[in-house]
Amino acid sequence: MNAIIGQPVSRVDGPAKVTGHATYAAEFSLPGLAYAAMVLATIPRGHVRSIDRRAAEAAPGVLAVMTHEDAPRLPYKQIAQRPQVDAQSGEQLHVLQDDQVRFNGEPVAVVVAETLEQAVHAAELVRVEYARSPAVTIFDAKQGRPPSESNAKAGRVPELGRGDAEGAMAGAPVRVEARYVHPREHHNAIEPHVTIAHWEGENLTLYDKTQWVDNDRKEIAHVFGLEEGNIRVVSPFVGGAFGSALRTWPHVTLAVMAAKRVGRPVRLELTRRQLYMAVGFRPHSEQHLRLGADKDGRLVALQHDVVQQVGRYEEYAETALSPTSHLYQCDNLHARYRLVEMDTNSPCPMRAPGVVTGVLGLEMAMDELAVELGMDPLELRLRNYAEQDQQKGLPWSSKELRACYETAAERFGWARRKPEPRSMREGGTLTGYGMATAIYHSDRSGGSASVALTGNGMAVVRSAASDMGPGTYTSMTQVAAETLGLPVDHVRFELGDTNLPYAPVHGGSITMASLGNAVVAACQAVQGKLASLVRAAQQGPFAGLAEDAVVAREGGLGRADGTGPAVPYAELLRQHNLGWVEAEGSAQPGEETKKYSSAAFGAIFVEVRVDELLGTVRVPRMVGAYDVGRVINPKTARSQCIGGMVGGLGMALEERAEWDARFGKVMNANLAEYLVPVNADVPSLEAIFVPNDDRDFNPLGVKGLAEVAICGVAPAIANAVWHATGRRIRELPITPERLLG
Amino acid sequence: MPEPSQNFSLTLRVNGAEHRVAVDARTTLLDALRDRLHLTGTKKGCALGQCGACTVLLDGRRVVSCLMLAVMAEGRQVTTIEGLARGDDLHPVQAAFVEHDAFQCGYCTPGQIMSAVGAISEGRTGSDDEIREQMSGNLCRCGAYTNIVAAVRDAAAREG
Amino acid sequence: MQPFTYVPVADAAGAAARALAGAQFIAGGTDMLQLLQENVVQPQELADLNGLGLAGITEEGDGALRLGALTRLQEAADHPLLRERCAVAAEALAASASPMVRHMATLGGNLLQRTRCLYFRDVSTPCNKRQPGSGCSALEGENRHNAILGGSEHCIAVQPSDLPVALVALDAEVLIQGAGGAERWVPVEGFHRLPGDTPEIETVMQDGDIILAIRIPAHATRCRSHYVKVRDRASFAWALCSAAVALRLDGEGRVAELRVAAGGVATKPWRLIRVEQELLGHRLDRDRVRLAAVWASEGAVTRSGNAYKAPLLQHTVERAILELGGLA
Repeated sequence: MNAIIGQPVSRVDGPAKVTGHATYAAEFSLPGLAYAAMVLATIPRGHVRSIDRRAAEAAPGVLAVMTHEDAPRLPYKQIAQRPQVDAQSGEQLHVLQDDQVRFNGEPVAVVVAETLEQAVHAAELVRVEYARSPAVTIFDAKQGRPPSESNAKAGRVPELGRGDAEGAMAGAPVRVEARYVHPREHHNAIEPHVTIAHWEGENLTLYDKTQWVDNDRKEIAHVFGLEEGNIRVVSPFVGGAFGSALRTWPHVTLAVMAAKRVGRPVRLELTRRQLYMAVGFRPHSEQHLRLGADKDGRLVALQHDVVQQVGRYEEYAETALSPTSHLYQCDNLHARYRLVEMDTNSPCPMRAPGVVTGVLGLEMAMDELAVELGMDPLELRLRNYAEQDQQKGLPWSSKELRACYETAAERFGWARRKPEPRSMREGGTLTGYGMATAIYHSDRSGGSASVALTGNGMAVVRSAASDMGPGTYTSMTQVAAETLGLPVDHVRFELGDTNLPYAPVHGGSITMASLGNAVVAACQAVQGKLASLVRAAQQGPFAGLAEDAVVAREGGLGRADGTGPAVPYAELLRQHNLGWVEAEGSAQPGEETKKYSSAAFGAIFVEVRVDELLGTVRVPRMVGAYDVGRVINPKTARSQCIGGMVGGLGMALEERAEWDARFGKVMNANLAEYLVPVNADVPSLEAIFVPNDDRDFNPLGVKGLAEVAICGVAPAIANAVWHATGRRIRELPITPERLLG
Repeated sequence: MPEPSQNFSLTLRVNGAEHRVAVDARTTLLDALRDRLHLTGTKKGCALGQCGACTVLLDGRRVVSCLMLAVMAEGRQVTTIEGLARGDDLHPVQAAFVEHDAFQCGYCTPGQIMSAVGAISEGRTGSDDEIREQMSGNLCRCGAYTNIVAAVRDAAAREG
Repeated sequence: MQPFTYVPVADAAGAAARALAGAQFIAGGTDMLQLLQENVVQPQELADLNGLGLAGITEEGDGALRLGALTRLQEAADHPLLRERCAVAAEALAASASPMVRHMATLGGNLLQRTRCLYFRDVSTPCNKRQPGSGCSALEGENRHNAILGGSEHCIAVQPSDLPVALVALDAEVLIQGAGGAERWVPVEGFHRLPGDTPEIETVMQDGDIILAIRIPAHATRCRSHYVKVRDRASFAWALCSAAVALRLDGEGRVAELRVAAGGVATKPWRLIRVEQELLGHRLDRDRVRLAAVWASEGAVTRSGNAYKAPLLQHTVERAILELGGLA
């Protein structure tokens, strides 16, 4: 059998991307396209007292100015079962539906003009008078309250635990306690959010930046009270998203309203500055940990409180307690999750939402405990290795974390680490080694795909999936090629269109575990359908054979007993005068979650160099080893892992929203002052996959990859900074002021 | 000397072809390429020169097209990502980017490639450290940096 | 971005005429386009100086270097005369912005680059520099990027360019042509103004003035010089702090000539006279340099977010002198 799964196939969409021919949402060329620009509120809370739109309306090229005074009243129907990507309680922003201002940056008007320049300028001419109300813009952890019932039901629970954490803590011979701060971060995908809305009669087409076309359609249908069948969402390429394009944001609604108003297709593209207000972000969080251990380093008690910011008009919450609940063996555990309401745009998932935060605190605290115990940090993890998910009381469907630790430590040269801080100095440069564990729960969801076998020997596989960068196009092509027995270049995978079979959200690392199995099912379905056709035919090599006598093999069909040659699909189609044959298949989660707990794991080892005089930290190398189940494509999988390392480096050393509480606003809302890593920050990264194949989780044996790759990186760096300097920096990012302060 | 004007009918020379295009004095080269000429391979990421996604060559030199008025590009040679490949044959830098998986989402990629082509022709790809520094004006939020270095190193060697 | 007219100009007189009629100048455009995109400036007209032909670096008869105002940053950074005789300038330029921006931006424009103060660039907030009398948001705001030296109660915005810091260390002058055609030399050290109570006035440039060239005197080219830039990431970031040093030792290894300037910490490129005085006439050693560098932050006024710049400035100056002196 030609193994295609597991091969480092180059991206099938690579040539389109490197030639500039991949078409992203802003780039669909529609006749008569008009351009929209938003006017955003400049106060954190209050209402619009008056809007003077005369200058804007009189400006050259302006087609329409719309405010709450003349925008259509939209039904904003509730979705019966809110998708997980939405805030689980409260009300999403009803854009231009009233005069209220809920946060600095809420849209108060939209302008449409013939050209982008005209629209932007006219938006600047709209004069808005505000009446300001008292606003809550300071994060005060003491104001934390539990998440709503709806969020708790969706897994964002207010508390969890087992045993008697308080009592066991009191009796623990070794204890550490610390508080960690993780600032508000922004996705900053290089592609801005953008929507083109195009009405043709009652039918609406959206070219949108989205990680989930099917849900985008559903959301807009509910906002406008439209039939889903009248809406098509197209999104073949997504220029990075990291969670920011999971849900449908207010600007999509604005684009749809604007296009209706002017009777032309309208493009609304957010500016970089607007992205800090008009879409979500990773919420600011503060966490407090207490760890109690016996003298051998075994955890006897673990207490973890996480407090996060949340908007006031809707409640977005995260599973920040999940890693603490099951990463280590500990009989007495209590974890608590609280939300602090603030007048801000709503936060949203950003790569490994909640989990990356929880792992940050837990893994920094574990390092502090190792110091307290005088124990190697890796040894401490091994002594507390969780052989099962203690919180759920279930075995892992698979767990090769021990192999991750061993492989990465060996490769990194962890044994060369001198335990004392500040002990690896060269001149004014302090070297530090640090490590951390990564975990991200593995989920799967239902999805479907279709496969068409065509007379020219091609297979066209379709699903309304998304590829924001991990390589869905390529990995699904491999799965289909292997299942069909065809070479990769005879398979084409199409995605990003609501006209295609339903796909689940492209987020939470679930795409392959969910949709990969649907692609397998669809391939098997089309093979079965072709077999039925040729068995039922009057003539041909398989005419009249029993159902189980014909099987798929070698890129075609053959006799189950192995006699005779396999006949390629295309030849069978020709023999039977068929242009093509097509079938759908789907896959749903099974009983696995009742029997097992599933997660992807990783171990991250990093070296830092700290310039003691200047307080700068650089990371010359990182090594990560990962148990992500089966790896469909080691080339693209590796790219996800090194990408996660770079994201974690940014989190550790560079990223922070500079929030001015007086204005309720992120002030460094660009890419020159909100810093993300550049090439020179990242010398050497190594990602290793430990062998695994988790068939107990799903038939393909994959677990998920995108989120686990960013977990653990920032704490490993912070731990290495401690080792280098003896300074425990508990607030990210670790910038010169923290090391010089 | 021309009179001051708000509107211009320009001839832009892009990838060896001349294009007549009507622009506002405010129109950036980036917006002219994307919205007037429909050469959307050049990407808009920040419009402030802070991400590098809109990198093109201007008379053979790397520039960010978002920080240039289109009217100021008249009479200059503009090379965009669409101008690199010869038919179906990828430019060596493009081929190296595919081979080394030097991208994920692909949005920063045209800018990265144009920057790499510029850096190689400027003779600034002599070491990995130099490549990293020279490619630091092009942000990749997917974090493909080490693969980008490998691709540029490989392409530079092939071209050299 | 409000509509404006665009006009290329062919000579300095033509440019001055446009300026006196209300035009603003554009050359490299790398800062102007950002200011336009963010609606920080609203020119009626942009007069394009690129036709003035002021590019190139030449050596004058007395050994001074003349840098044309329209020379691009990258061309200057690569120029052998600068690299060999004024390393601090070449290093400062090579550490500026990104390669793409360096291919576009001009030396003259770099002297005039506007501050990166977060409030100056966000038009929804008060800023005395952008809107005189509206108040300074940075004083009590997000000010980790702001100045600890040279500020006033009206403005603590940093002049963000690297090159002028190096030019102060090189004792350089700016050649300005006035609207009437008269040329005058202004020391780079005196080119930028302290904000005082008029932070909107940033330099000594008058309406219609054009920068023609920068001159680095011969005595400075005989110094060894060096630039150290500290930033939040390894490349493509503004200076949190920088130090430029030009040094000449006498035959006995004593400091015969020394100029030290700092960037990223002050409202203008900041000359550190006291540090220089502490070292002039002495042999360099680590302790003396460290003690001298402590004077770098003399007079610093820190705010909630930028107090770290005081020690950072001392350390950056110390590092730059030690590296230049071969003592690092």
